[in-house]
Amino acid sequence: MAKVLMKGNEAMALAAIKGGCDAFFGYPITPQNELPEYLSYHMQEHGKIFVQAESEVAAINMVYGAAGAGARVLTSSSSPGIALKQEGISYMAGSELPAVIINVMRGGPGLGSIQPSQADYNQVTRGGGNGDYHLLAYAPESIQEAVDIIKDAFRVADKYRNPVMVAIDGLIGQMMEPVDLDKPIDLDLQSKPWAADGHGAKRGKNNKILSLFLDTKDLETHNLKLKVKYDQMVSEEQRYELVQTDDAELVIVAYGSMARIARSAIAMARQKGYRVGMLRPITLWPYPVQGFEALASNVTHLLTAEMSLGQMHQDVLIANEGQRQTHWFGRTGGVVPSADELFDVIENIILKGGVA
Amino acid sequence: MSTKVVYEPTKGLTDSPLSYCPGCTHGIIHKLVGEVLEEQNLIGESIGVASVGCSVMSYEFFNCDMQQAPHGRAPAVATGIKRVKPNHTVFTYQGDGDLASIGMAEVIHAAHRSENITIIFVNNAIYGMTGGQMAPTTLIGQKTTTSPRGRSLDQGMPLRIVEMLATIPGATYLERVSVHDPKHIIKAKKAIHKAFEVQTNKQGFSLIEFISTCPIGWGMTPNDSLEWAKNTMIPYYPLGVYKDTREEREPWIKE
Repeated sequence: MAKVLMKGNEAMALAAIKGGCDAFFGYPITPQNELPEYLSYHMQEHGKIFVQAESEVAAINMVYGAAGAGARVLTSSSSPGIALKQEGISYMAGSELPAVIINVMRGGPGLGSIQPSQADYNQVTRGGGNGDYHLLAYAPESIQEAVDIIKDAFRVADKYRNPVMVAIDGLIGQMMEPVDLDKPIDLDLQSKPWAADGHGAKRGKNNKILSLFLDTKDLETHNLKLKVKYDQMVSEEQRYELVQTDDAELVIVAYGSMARIARSAIAMARQKGYRVGMLRPITLWPYPVQGFEALASNVTHLLTAEMSLGQMHQDVLIANEGQRQTHWFGRTGGVVPSADELFDVIENIILKGGVA
Repeated sequence: MSTKVVYEPTKGLTDSPLSYCPGCTHGIIHKLVGEVLEEQNLIGESIGVASVGCSVMSYEFFNCDMQQAPHGRAPAVATGIKRVKPNHTVFTYQGDGDLASIGMAEVIHAAHRSENITIIFVNNAIYGMTGGQMAPTTLIGQKTTTSPRGRSLDQGMPLRIVEMLATIPGATYLERVSVHDPKHIIKAKKAIHKAFEVQTNKQGFSLIEFISTCPIGWGMTPNDSLEWAKNTMIPYYPLGVYKDTREEREPWIKE
């Protein structure tokens, strides 16, 4: 189908509608506002629900309620707003409710900046809320990849009965790209016999949505049941892309906008004859350790490049298990590095770091 | 030998034993809500929202689908449910710590949007579950574990919730009732009936505030607690209908 030129935030909103989203609950925050604005107009056309909540806290609890009643539900926000949503996210993970959460990341901590950032890495991958839980977390690098992931995210959330987060840096939310939104998908709408949807009479029993287990053994049993799902995600849901790694000696590990910058830097390095590639995580949780295992022995150096101060580098160190030399480069606070800047880092490692 | 049934427990509640302390009036309020759900034939299609506090376990007691909400967020959770299930009855059951303190924003904005939900608000002027701390509704001079010398003015004047909500255009039906004696229990049940009728008629937001007792938290016998509710609480929290715009309200269509 024909591609259309769309702004990232609006394309993601349309992708959610195409993914079968029944209801959106959100609260304004920059740089994601075009997403709820788009839905405030278009959800109605599809007979769907749009509510502007009084706060991020209320919005995520509306998501919790609607998801508990069996709907496909979306919220979107940006970093400090996601921090406020962590209460409800933890409840949803504990109560095993599916939902999709789009996080258009900006600089932090605190009110931070409204410029693109990846400093939510820990908040996205480590669970900002309380308890033993994980979110399946995607980090697309383009608008096309973002819409493809979001269209399918409701199915994945339903499959695992767990919230899914799509973390993109503000750059992708704000820029425009040609995008194809018509790729067919399988909505895979399944009945939700567990939902507290007010059909107690028909069902012949009451459904309860809760995360309270006063007996510690019951809670441990519940948490171990959740862990089985998380283990399944770790084995089945890791996604990554390898870019020019076949002959590479140095592999950049980068996601989102930073991966785009890395592509340019790699092209510059290749022109100079440096053998540089990229491992691009598409899922941040589960972290694509399989991608590191797929690297051949010619890769002797790893360079983490991120728009945060070493947050993803921790996962690179874990995945690397001390096998290769590791390096780190990052900018923070909403500063987007240039390809030249990253190229200089690459060249410096190659000239000084013993890369053949 | 023929038997005559003179009393049956309401089908609106499950057989699960209530977790409330002896003498606490939560049990009466549960029973009234259960009876109204049964009499209005709503049990099999309702979704209740339990809150955090003494009534956290209410998902075990109401005989319908239930969802347990984070502290104070029940009106937001109920909003989410009602918006995707507009033809089902949705109610919350919340205490005063939950609704009048941490959940103030959620209840005000649910009223503001005139969400077509019913809120059962139980005011016993204290945090019961956590061990008797001061609530926004604690009376001046009332001793709690965090106002051991009695609540003083610099800890704030007790909040009157239905009076405050009555100023919100979206609120359709607001009434404060008490359950300290049979006469008031009968009146309270009528109020619950009205609140659920407002919802069934799609007329928007309804909330019933109950003056309730906490013998353990108050350090009183159950009888003394009923007397204190009647003689000390009700003068500060007068009973009555604070808002009734049913006549003016167009059916609230959000489908």
